[in-house]
Amino acid sequence: MADREIELSEPLGEKHSTTCYMCACRCGINVYLKPGENGEKSVRYIEGNRDHPVNQGVLCAKGSAGIMQHYSPARLKAPMIRVGPRGSGEFKEISWEEALQTAVDWMGPLKEDPKKLAFFTGRDQSQSLTSWWAQQFGTPNYAAHGGFCSVNMAAAGIYTIGGAFWEFGSPDWERTKLFVMFGVAEDHDSNPIKIGIGKLKKNGGRFVSVNPVRTGYSAVADNWLGIRPGTDGLLILSVIHELFRTRQIDLDYLIRYSNAPFLVIDAPGTAQHGLIARDKNGVELIWDSAKKKAVPHTTKGVVPNLTAEVSVTQGRKKVKARPVFTLLAEEYSKAEYAPEAIAPQTGIAAETIRGLAAEIAHVAFQEEITIEQEWVDMKGEKHDRFIGRPVSMHAMRGISAHSNGFQTCRALHVLQVLIGSVDCPGGFRCKPSYPKPYTAHPKPHARNAKGDTGPLAGPHLGYPHGPEDLALDDDGNPLRIDKAFTWDAPLSAHGMMHMVIANAHAGDPYKIDTLFMYMANMAWNSSMNTRGVIDMLTDKTEDGDYVIPHIIYSDAYNSEMVSYSDLILPDTTYLERHDCISLLDRPCSEPEAVVDSIRWPVVEPNRDVRGFQSVVLDLGARLGLPGMVNEDGSAKFKDYADYMVNHERKPGIGPLAGYRGKDGDKAGRGEPNPDQLERYKENGSFSMTHLPEDALFFKHANKSYQDFAVDMGFFDAPQPVTFNLYLEVLQKFRLAAQGHGDVQPPDRLRGRIETTFNPLPTWYAPFEGADLGERTEKEFPYHALTQRPMAMYHSWGSQNAWLRQIHTKNPLYVPSAICDAKGLEDGDWAWVTSWHGKIKVEIARMEAVNDHTMWTWNAIGKRRGAWALDKDAPEATKGFLLNHLMNELLPPRKDGYRWANSDPITGQAAWYDLRVNIEKAEAGAEVSEPVIPAQKTSDKSPNEIRYGLEWTK
Amino acid sequence: MHPALSVILFTTLSGAGYGLAFVLALGHGNPGALSTKIAWFVALALIAIGLISSTFHLGNPQRAWRAFSQWRTSWLSREGVMAVLTFIPLTLLAAMSVFNDSFHIGLGYLGGIMCAITVYCTAMIYGSMRTVATWHTGWTAASYLAFSLTTGTAIYLTAFGPAAGSDSNVIWIWLAIVFIAIAWLIKYMWVRRGQAVGFGESTMESATGLGGIGKVRLLERPHMMGNYLTNEMAFRIARKHESKLWRIALVLGVILPIALFVLAIALPSANLFFSGVATLSLLAGVFLERWLFFATARHAVGLYYGGDEALVPAE
Amino acid sequence: MTSLPTQTNKKLGLVIDLDTCVGCHACVINCKEWNTSGYGTALSDQDPYGANPVGAWLNRIHTFEVTPMAHSAKPRGQGVGEVIGTAGEARVVHFPKSCLHCEDAPCVTVCPTGASYKREEDGIVLVDEDKCIGCGLCAWGCAYGAREMDAAAGVMKKCTLCIDRIYNEELEEIDRQPACVRTCPAGARHFGDLADPNSDVSVLVKERGGFDLMPEQGTKPVNKYLPPRARTDLGVGRSFEAAEESTENADGLLGWIDRALSGTTRSKGAR
Ligand SMILES: Nc1nc2c(c(=O)[nH]1)N[C@H]1C(S)=C(S)[C@@H](COP(=O)(O)OP(=O)(O)OC[C@H]3O[C@@H](n4cnc5c(=O)[nH]c(N)nc54)[C@H](O)[C@@H]3O)O[C@H]1N2
Ligand SMILES: Nc1nc2c(c(=O)[nH]1)N[C@H]1C(S)=C(S)[C@@H](COP(=O)(O)OP(=O)(O)OC[C@H]3O[C@@H](n4cnc5c(=O)[nH]c(N)nc54)[C@H](O)[C@@H]3O)O[C@H]1N2
Ligand code: SF4
Ligand code: SF4
Ligand code: SF4
Ligand code: SF4
Ligand code: SF4
Ligand SMILES: [Mo]
Repeated sequence: MADREIELSEPLGEKHSTTCYMCACRCGINVYLKPGENGEKSVRYIEGNRDHPVNQGVLCAKGSAGIMQHYSPARLKAPMIRVGPRGSGEFKEISWEEALQTAVDWMGPLKEDPKKLAFFTGRDQSQSLTSWWAQQFGTPNYAAHGGFCSVNMAAAGIYTIGGAFWEFGSPDWERTKLFVMFGVAEDHDSNPIKIGIGKLKKNGGRFVSVNPVRTGYSAVADNWLGIRPGTDGLLILSVIHELFRTRQIDLDYLIRYSNAPFLVIDAPGTAQHGLIARDKNGVELIWDSAKKKAVPHTTKGVVPNLTAEVSVTQGRKKVKARPVFTLLAEEYSKAEYAPEAIAPQTGIAAETIRGLAAEIAHVAFQEEITIEQEWVDMKGEKHDRFIGRPVSMHAMRGISAHSNGFQTCRALHVLQVLIGSVDCPGGFRCKPSYPKPYTAHPKPHARNAKGDTGPLAGPHLGYPHGPEDLALDDDGNPLRIDKAFTWDAPLSAHGMMHMVIANAHAGDPYKIDTLFMYMANMAWNSSMNTRGVIDMLTDKTEDGDYVIPHIIYSDAYNSEMVSYSDLILPDTTYLERHDCISLLDRPCSEPEAVVDSIRWPVVEPNRDVRGFQSVVLDLGARLGLPGMVNEDGSAKFKDYADYMVNHERKPGIGPLAGYRGKDGDKAGRGEPNPDQLERYKENGSFSMTHLPEDALFFKHANKSYQDFAVDMGFFDAPQPVTFNLYLEVLQKFRLAAQGHGDVQPPDRLRGRIETTFNPLPTWYAPFEGADLGERTEKEFPYHALTQRPMAMYHSWGSQNAWLRQIHTKNPLYVPSAICDAKGLEDGDWAWVTSWHGKIKVEIARMEAVNDHTMWTWNAIGKRRGAWALDKDAPEATKGFLLNHLMNELLPPRKDGYRWANSDPITGQAAWYDLRVNIEKAEAGAEVSEPVIPAQKTSDKSPNEIRYGLEWTK
Repeated sequence: MHPALSVILFTTLSGAGYGLAFVLALGHGNPGALSTKIAWFVALALIAIGLISSTFHLGNPQRAWRAFSQWRTSWLSREGVMAVLTFIPLTLLAAMSVFNDSFHIGLGYLGGIMCAITVYCTAMIYGSMRTVATWHTGWTAASYLAFSLTTGTAIYLTAFGPAAGSDSNVIWIWLAIVFIAIAWLIKYMWVRRGQAVGFGESTMESATGLGGIGKVRLLERPHMMGNYLTNEMAFRIARKHESKLWRIALVLGVILPIALFVLAIALPSANLFFSGVATLSLLAGVFLERWLFFATARHAVGLYYGGDEALVPAE
Repeated sequence: MTSLPTQTNKKLGLVIDLDTCVGCHACVINCKEWNTSGYGTALSDQDPYGANPVGAWLNRIHTFEVTPMAHSAKPRGQGVGEVIGTAGEARVVHFPKSCLHCEDAPCVTVCPTGASYKREEDGIVLVDEDKCIGCGLCAWGCAYGAREMDAAAGVMKKCTLCIDRIYNEELEEIDRQPACVRTCPAGARHFGDLADPNSDVSVLVKERGGFDLMPEQGTKPVNKYLPPRARTDLGVGRSFEAAEESTENADGLLGWIDRALSGTTRSKGAR
């Protein structure tokens, strides 16, 4: 019998390539448009762009749900000014002219005292623009969200290896044979990690996941180490202990690429103790075994010694010194790092730790791989091949979002260096423009170039080299509102956005006038102590004014933060605007190629909204900020697209690296090309420049790569990286804490700096648990965490009709052992308490989880009335935030002072230090608590969606 | 399974209608008597109401006619075809009674057999479902047939038999009591088997193929809230409600009707009253039985939603 | 006609690797996105922004926990010495599920209208929505929960194996594969002809011990699932002791390093 005839070859519509922005992974997408019922073009289908290096054609759940995001009823429709009290959600729509004028009226006068403006951006991918804008305004108060996100990972990486995970590097998925992942649920490199795990599986590699929870990636791991939160540092150091014990270390690699042979001064009690010995020109010294003398490490033909105890001349004095390697060996050979010693704290059996070390050593050294390719290193030495140690690692917030995260992340990088697997075949590979040593990054700037107003002397964020680089005024007070780069968090390379509202509310270190924010739901899921932050945002002075006088906010959707703002600058959706994923900012390169990309308006907005970057440039022009106005005072850039093409940071270097030069044939450096954006669009909205074959590995010391990097304009001179096993920068702060030097910490922080700023990676107990002392085990014996759901992006997913069906509410997953102990059953409601707060939630039983750790999906809980959802939407009535249990400050210490709930080195928010208890809730309403009253909304949401009906027959 | 009202109405009402028609088609009731004429009308009306109500749960009832096409494979289609075909002898018999005060024995037997076949087809819609182990048994058809006959008989003897000059009312009542006993005995066998069989051979381990590793439990549903499948297939009543409801069904469907029928025999003057209440009670009992038939059935799909642990509880 | 073809020329279907699926739901949403304006009517969503959102989906991901009962519980056909799990140590398996395009598809035979049918050409099970009355019986007949009624249109929806992609001449050859397969970031989904013993999918099934869901239902699914691979514990079979004397302290180590660097001992990095 013949099959029925069906029409199978329907055309898809017009294809346009752009870049996804349902998250920060930056995948290439093809958007198909078809005329809808009213003839207007609508989105028929979004697919991954096969040619795109990031996603190679695949697309995640969020990306595929772009249609529902783009047509979300929660989209803002026009500029608005608040008419009800803050938080009420009562607004009046106004014109853009009014909105921009209001913003200028508020911000204009602040140019006289620029620090009164705080400009903070969330998941910003245009930081090179926004930071430049703030710099031109002259306020020291700028940062993006990195400080509460993963600065531990980023800063530890940059300081240690001149690169880091995600944007800065990735495993060599094609060649790796052993992949060890620490504390990752999803990460920004969403699709690439999944593609990579798929490849690894196909190639028969082994995948080890260290994570208290066994879901997502961990579910397919060959070996799961259900570690107790906050103890990864111990685990990693124990693996290092085992590698030392069994001599499984790549000495040649260490000598060539790390500071292992550098001589560390051993002069306890002096201001030189622990610093690296240098020659007169400031070049670090090593000990030449052949000549038996200290020579600059750059000297050719030396036989560096790793174990000598020597005496070197520093200044006019002779001091004792020992190579970094010796310090390392001594430290990690200690019995306290033996697997048996750390097993009880980590909850990982000694045998498993030893197994992990054995596996790492075996694959690194017995399964070495080579790529036959000649290359030349920075010393001019020729090599016949690239030698690879096919062990790769990846880590994210599971290790970084702890108060001991910086040191843990450093430990991980040190481990990678010890086995010689940084930027080698099969190991971890940097993505250009990385590696880049911390010394090649800017230092932080918080002062105006000339006097007290006008542009800042340099970029806000950067990498301090020592106490002298802190952002302190002459009296030692913080220059920045978030107190980044102070003794509280000296290496806060990404700023500390999570402290802004609390500090501004407290007027500590000073009061501000206008808080200008972009793309961050600070009144909800991106703050700790959400309830408290809401109170700070709505708090009034005795005069009845708000304590934080003005809040300007740009969002694209009706989020919780919108209702707590005064002036709303509605943004477009990602399909409606220009965007620039720039190498000046957060590159989206691949290890083998330099990549940047754009977004452009694939569909025109049908509301009175404008792309935020264009609005910022408009505001800059209206405020007369240097670089944004012509000599006659007119706006220099028509809009963001104009800026993307024509702005130059340095001659020939602009936001986009591709298709530069008059004919569009230059990459990296070249004059602006008026056709540049068209060329991007023709090429799938990205540009890609391949590295030369001999530049593909060991980029930190590869002459061909370094030359290429200079050609591309990443630096003006080669910037090879020496891996810092020993981080002298930390020792400088430690010396200051011991009383040496001019810039001195407050006494209350001296002890903490001494213990935590160890120049060799170390472990200390996370602060929250340690601070609560005996109360911890008695009152808060458990840990509570969140994980990123793969199908949701923070708070924005819930307005998406498709995605929200997957995560309509979030239960708290509780280990079966705790359930049994507490008489909890699936679906029960329970009170979860921390030292700071109390929430009521629905629980679900789980087996495959560390038995001290409960967890939930992040940011599913919503405020009633937000996101165009019904007031009784489960997100609001059953969903919840763990954030209510956290506080941005730790409980008061004996001296009455409260430490930030952050890493003491970088200021990274310690989300995962949370300690809790749980009890079954009395029978009653099955509604999550605390209940925050609804915000008013005029959003109208349909009762039914039949998307695409017009295209079906 | 979700107990949809329309389906319950359909199966109980058309079942009773076919039972009544069956009794009439076998030649009971004086064709000339008004009550027989009414009885025919009621039988046909019950069948029709049942059939019409069965279309209420269709997504596209306007295309219901298409359901006659697949009689070669589909029991639902067969049921539809049979229902229509059965209307022919039944309508003829009814017409003969109404217009001609006559009856045809050959046509009657044909109609009776067709009634039974139609009820059998209805039962087999469920009885053929391998996915619902509780249903997948000969006892399902047996119980549908038995309840059809029992309810039809009860209606006949109560409302029409005496007036239609039928044989001894007492014999009919004893017959009804015997039918009730048989029907519920069959049901008892069905329930006993059903409770033992649960999801049948299928388990969460076989559903996922992960049994080789160990014991399987659901951690997370695909979508947080209910969906068509959970609403339709993963309906569950708590065990304690289940046994309570069975007890009520037994009281309404067995104890009360039998007691009332006995009373009807004992107190002939109130015969109509007692038989009437007995029949109504029986119908209510069967209605509840039908509700439980659906509500207690475990569909294999439930295994993907956590098996008995996580099925959607009945509120 | 609801009779099943006695044999199909091809058996097109999916092979899903449970050892690789990370449960990301990409295939779920991309399937919805493609199919809501593809073959048949839109896949509607009811109460999409309300208290009880529910929609029609052709593919869903379940998440199971499996607790091994004995130390070396092994899945079908896998090696000795490898463990699939440690007793009591539960693991999580993400489990995608769509229509399995069964050879003995009960959903087809129960359909009263002939709307449900299995194609002789390639074995794809489809619903002809113009004939469907929305009786729901086919969903009852399917043990796998692969059919969902569209509440707005009142017709039954199911996975079409993206028939309007795999034969779509408007698409580039390489894209003529199901949306879920093309989008799966982990590469956990494979599409092909399972009747051809030499096809990639058939080879995979053979090599990895692909299995049927609920074989006892007698449906003979075309789609196959690949079990989680067996794994070895960390360090098993790795010799891991110091080349020389294994002293716990740094001195022994430093001595060894000196000898290594002076060339008298084999050093890790020496080359
Ligand atoms: N408990 C707990 N809390 C956490 C974390 C955790 O792990 N656990 N993680 C923390 C981390 S790492 C982060 S990064 C933060 C993230 O927290 P946020 O940065 O607050 O992230 P979102 O919720 O995504 O909020 C971003 C806002 O941007 C808006 N937006 C989306 N698209 C656009 C657009 O195109 N234009 C504009 N102008 N606005 C847009 C959204 O509507 C939303 O209001 O959360 C932190 N909070
Ligand atoms: N789909 C999706 N993707 C996202 C986001 C999103 O919201 N949705 N957010 C983006 C953002 S802003 C960020 S910062 C990244 C974050 O990406 P991830 O780092 O993957 O983010 P988290 O979900 O915070 O994952 C933390 C993981 O660490 C584990 N963990 C917690 N504590 C410990 C510990 O002490 N040790 C170990 N070993 N593990 C631990 C948790 O169980 C969890 O699995 O994801 C980005 N990508
Ligand atoms: S990972 Fe997903 S949401 Fe993020 S950019 Fe890529 S496709 Fe878009
Ligand atoms: S897209 Fe692939 S990895 Fe993700 S849930 Fe589907 S099958 Fe699993
Ligand atoms: S999986 Fe279900 S719907 Fe698909 S063919 Fe098999 S029985 Fe039919
Ligand atoms: S719902 Fe449609 S396809 Fe399914 S059995 Fe009924 S008529 Fe056939
Ligand atoms: S083959 Fe097509 S219809 Fe079927 S599950 Fe995959 S995407 Fe959905
Ligand atoms: Mo983040």
